[in-house]
Amino acid sequence: MANDGYFNPEDLKRFGEITRYQQTLGRKFFDYYREVFKEGALTVREKALIALAVAHVVQCPYCIDAYTEECLKNGADEEEMMEAIHVAAAIRSGASLVFGVQMINHIEKKTM
Amino acid sequence: MRQATQTLRRLRSPLAQTRYQLKVLHQPIETHAFPSFADTLRQHGKYPLKRAKLEILQLNLGKLCNQTCRHCHVDAGPDRKDEVTSKEILQRALELIRIHQIPTVDLTGGAPEMNPHFRWFVEQCSAICPHIIDRCNLTIITAGKQYRDLPQFFARHGLHIVSSLPHYSKNRTDAQRGQGVFEASIEALRMLNDVGYGQPDSNLQLDLVFNPTGAFLPSQQCTLERVYKDKLLRKYGIRFNRLIVITNMPINRFLDYLLQTGQYEQYMQTLIEAFNPATVDGLMCRNTLSVSWDGYLYDCDFNQMLDLKINHPSPHLLDIDIDSLEGLPIALHQACYGCTAGAGSSCSGEIAS
Ligand code: SF4
Ligand code: SF4
Repeated sequence: MANDGYFNPEDLKRFGEITRYQQTLGRKFFDYYREVFKEGALTVREKALIALAVAHVVQCPYCIDAYTEECLKNGADEEEMMEAIHVAAAIRSGASLVFGVQMINHIEKKTM
Repeated sequence: MRQATQTLRRLRSPLAQTRYQLKVLHQPIETHAFPSFADTLRQHGKYPLKRAKLEILQLNLGKLCNQTCRHCHVDAGPDRKDEVTSKEILQRALELIRIHQIPTVDLTGGAPEMNPHFRWFVEQCSAICPHIIDRCNLTIITAGKQYRDLPQFFARHGLHIVSSLPHYSKNRTDAQRGQGVFEASIEALRMLNDVGYGQPDSNLQLDLVFNPTGAFLPSQQCTLERVYKDKLLRKYGIRFNRLIVITNMPINRFLDYLLQTGQYEQYMQTLIEAFNPATVDGLMCRNTLSVSWDGYLYDCDFNQMLDLKINHPSPHLLDIDIDSLEGLPIALHQACYGCTAGAGSSCSGEIAS
């Protein structure tokens, strides 16, 4: 289908088509995906909040739309959702900053 | 407390005419964008949908309300003073409840407590009916001196209270129901708890209603109930019995919201894609008779708001023979997709969990 740009919101509905050239793997992926998001030791609500946070880290606009809606459906409010993405952002920035120690080690090695 | 919006009637919106609403709802069928609800039922061998035995008499005591919520399917509000049920209609309802031993009477509105005959009716009805539901919007309890003893009155007559609290967060609730509604609702819930409603050792049943505060479907009732119970108890010390999850119906103000925000087609598509045949046998229109403030009869409160009367030659409370209702084909329309989406939706929550 012709498309003028990247990230067309309508494409999310066509996610199922990724089974097209590799049915076995595609189906296994969707079975796995469905199973992961079922109520388990974590509630569907907790899983939706985790998915929303991860979606921000992997910067997937499809997942952000989908899991914003999933969180709302499951009764999460704006504050909870914003806190969830702060958790993701904090880990992400922490993961960069912790390398500061490596930088410090190298500074100490190289300088008087 | 501030009103969230104004009634469609006051705004002179074309949607205030039910005929116009039906036109909007049925338009996409003409352009073949959406399958008709009747055709979808036919495909699943569920057509025609027929009325079963009458179990619930739902009386809409009027469109008068102290709130003007943005999603209201009734288009209720403080300006609808002239549309409240008369004592004559209520007398007739009592007669039918007694003769036919109708097991459940469900009072709704507007704010049913604003009907001047509300207390008289409840006193009479509680002597002849074992289960009376009052759909109380909570804030009416704090709306004036004359209402502050409602919790005691409810308790005295053993009413089953069902109240909307679309969210345990102030922002979400106030966005839908009006600034200040959340705080007034919490105060009212405390008053209900104080007289025994929702308490573990009490028979006084208090259920809350979750309905999405936007154009999306609700999730599972059981998960939401756990979260609600935990949040309301921890933060406000409030207890309740069940959480009822209700889908927003594309009727009146919620239809207006969908059209104004350009989400109508997408919402209808979501409802249609989520059609669940397992919900059909449990639809509330099968065992409920809905009565409008002026005594006309409908298969449900939604049909009442679209003015689609029961398929009967004399669809009025003053003329009806209750025994002739069973087996009548139910009046269907495109908004019915709201009742069959996902786990289904009715005045008592999910249909097929
Ligand atoms: S939703 Fe209920 S409380 Fe809100 S305006 Fe309508 S009838 Fe009143
Ligand atoms: S709106 Fe719902 S309850 Fe009313 S007739 Fe349609 S399916 Fe039945």
